[in-house]
Amino acid sequence: MPEQTRSVTFKNVSKRYPGALAVDGVSLEVAGGSFVALVGASGSGKSTLLKTINRLVAPDAGTVLMDGEPVDAVPAHLLRRRIGYVFQNIGLFPHMSVAENIAIPLRLAGERNTAGRVAELLDLVELPRDFAARMPDALSGGQRQRVGVARALANGPGLLLMDEPFGALDPVTRDGLARAIRALHDRMGLTTILVTHDMAEALLLADRVLVMSEGRVAADATPRALLAGGGGDAAQALVAVPREQAHRLAEMEGGGSR
Amino acid sequence: MTAAFARVPELLAQHLLLALSALLLGLAVALPLTVLSARNRAVARVALGMASLIQTIPGLALLALFYPVLLWLSALAGGGIPALGFLPSLLALSLYAVLPILRNGVTGLAAIDPAVIEAADGVGMTAWQKLRLVEAPLAAPVLMAGIRTAAVWTIGAATLSTTVGQPGLGDLIFAGLQTQNWTLVLAGCIASAGLALAVDALLGLAEHGIARRRRWLAWGSLGVLLAGVLAALAPALPSARGTVVVGAKGFSEQYILARMIGARLEAAGYRVEYREGLGSAVAFSALAANDVDVYVDYSGTIWTNQMRRSDVPPRADIVAGVGGWARDRHGVLLLGPLGFENAYAFAMRGAEARRRGIRTLADLARQAPQLNLATDVEFLERPEWRAVRDAYGLRFRSARPYQPTFMYRALDSGEADVIPAFSSDGRIAASGLAVLEDPKGAIPGYDAILLLSPARAQDERFQAALRPLAGAICVQAMREANLMVDRDADKRSPAEAARWLEQRIAACR
Repeated sequence: MPEQTRSVTFKNVSKRYPGALAVDGVSLEVAGGSFVALVGASGSGKSTLLKTINRLVAPDAGTVLMDGEPVDAVPAHLLRRRIGYVFQNIGLFPHMSVAENIAIPLRLAGERNTAGRVAELLDLVELPRDFAARMPDALSGGQRQRVGVARALANGPGLLLMDEPFGALDPVTRDGLARAIRALHDRMGLTTILVTHDMAEALLLADRVLVMSEGRVAADATPRALLAGGGGDAAQALVAVPREQAHRLAEMEGGGSR
Repeated sequence: MTAAFARVPELLAQHLLLALSALLLGLAVALPLTVLSARNRAVARVALGMASLIQTIPGLALLALFYPVLLWLSALAGGGIPALGFLPSLLALSLYAVLPILRNGVTGLAAIDPAVIEAADGVGMTAWQKLRLVEAPLAAPVLMAGIRTAAVWTIGAATLSTTVGQPGLGDLIFAGLQTQNWTLVLAGCIASAGLALAVDALLGLAEHGIARRRRWLAWGSLGVLLAGVLAALAPALPSARGTVVVGAKGFSEQYILARMIGARLEAAGYRVEYREGLGSAVAFSALAANDVDVYVDYSGTIWTNQMRRSDVPPRADIVAGVGGWARDRHGVLLLGPLGFENAYAFAMRGAEARRRGIRTLADLARQAPQLNLATDVEFLERPEWRAVRDAYGLRFRSARPYQPTFMYRALDSGEADVIPAFSSDGRIAASGLAVLEDPKGAIPGYDAILLLSPARAQDERFQAALRPLAGAICVQAMREANLMVDRDADKRSPAEAARWLEQRIAACR
């Protein structure tokens, strides 16, 4: 379904906001078809780095390439139509029905008959087809973000950017949606870049985890390598929290007395 | 009662056209400004600041200010820009309409959830698509509320357009105020309030339709509004040809004389329109610019105000001087004096004048510091007042301007002790007022004179219709006609008084 699987390359990308260096000379290669998680504390520069790809942020220095071509080689709106974007605050258009929201990228591409495609996309994100006629304010938070994902995937982008997509959801909902997205990634052969502050989420979903700290990539490893103690101190400090929690839960489950 | 409402449909149509044209022009200015303001803070500050500033200018003043501005522009462009009537009213009211639309539009755009804007960018909308698909529909309810406010304001303020010669429901209100015909005032108020409520309700329905995503409701109510405009437009279309305009300033004598002149012109086959309630300063310029074809002015008014003369020669010399000046400077024809004078005449309550022993302005000057002066709205700004004041050393305890009608009321009730009355006013005799003599001759003569625009200065048929009025109206006849309109009991309309005066003047000879 995607046009093609896309790779992303950062070359010495820097971005400075007044008073703070958000991204500090990052160079990085994201292979087509991989699921990469960008993990880090607030202010580590992970969201800024992500948004240089679809040009919601313009870097002060360096180049971002998609499939080897600089992202600023085409007008921003044309670039963005080839990239799916999902973010924490979802941003469904409140004056449009679910179907109209999902069909927006198709409409921008000039397609007329969108009903069939909307039904397919609702199936894809596991929402009932009769949701098409509902308005966004009649949906739960999890359902809204599923619509957001369906909208991002509507015209078959090869690249999916997600900025804390589960941040505003309750734990049960976020787990369900996270599994659904991983399944979509595999089925559609997407390249997916996920920004999250939750290391457990990154370890469970991604093929490759990048830990960001003060605008730089502090660690770059597979989940397995991180769990085995690799990646350096900053990464291990983040891995320690979910590991500790998992151990305590396992102890309690194993019938250990208090 | 029915007579008061008889002119309502015609004036309502004019009123609706003016107010909605102003609203549309206001929208055309405000909408692009709104978008620019939402994108750029500096533009927003300047645009909102200017719009607020304009809002603080009183409506009457804003309308009046457009008159000299348009005259000046017309002179720059070599003529052809009408400075009276529809155009200045349209421009002033449009400026008024801008603020509520702009402010609500900017507020509406600012209130959009930033996440929605991020999503619009994220899916790859261009700036125009974002505006059309997302920002405009989301800001529409707030914007629509601003448009409704603007509509109500514009319809209300359009009543003031009477003063620059644009007919509307204000004609009823101003004429009613002048002649103390409260039914007429009420008719104008009810009609304009009704119009405002109806337009507001229709726009409200459209707003409701937009908010509830019911297109038929939105388009339906806007359709009804459009139908109203078309209905208002229908009678206005063919009126442009062969129509002459009779002007009148804002008091009873002027309304009566305008109707008398109009009746004669109609009898001569002209289609007649009236521009009533014109300001003194506006009237002569309007005539010189051919916006008005004929009106009655007073020799002393032109002499002191337009010609800026401060000497006071005999009455006949003033008339001759005005005639020569008007012809040479403006191509305006003085067809002749009507035969009576309407001079400023300082008047007091008869009993009070006798008690104080005041018979002349010189007597008055000695006691003036204990007395209050009430004047019409323009008197204190006129050179005649400065001339009289300086000639006699008049210094009153207080001096307050009123509408002419209320000036007499103030004298009757004792709020004021002295007024500059008008010598042709029937109320002087009817209320037993004492008119003070002017031994120094400081007040010039105020012969009523018939003035014709440059365009009519060559029109023999037009002049033939009005020439019989020259020298035909004696002051006694004019006073009686004025009193018919001004008195409290058994009031007559200016048109009725004009018909009566037409019969009465035979007895003047």
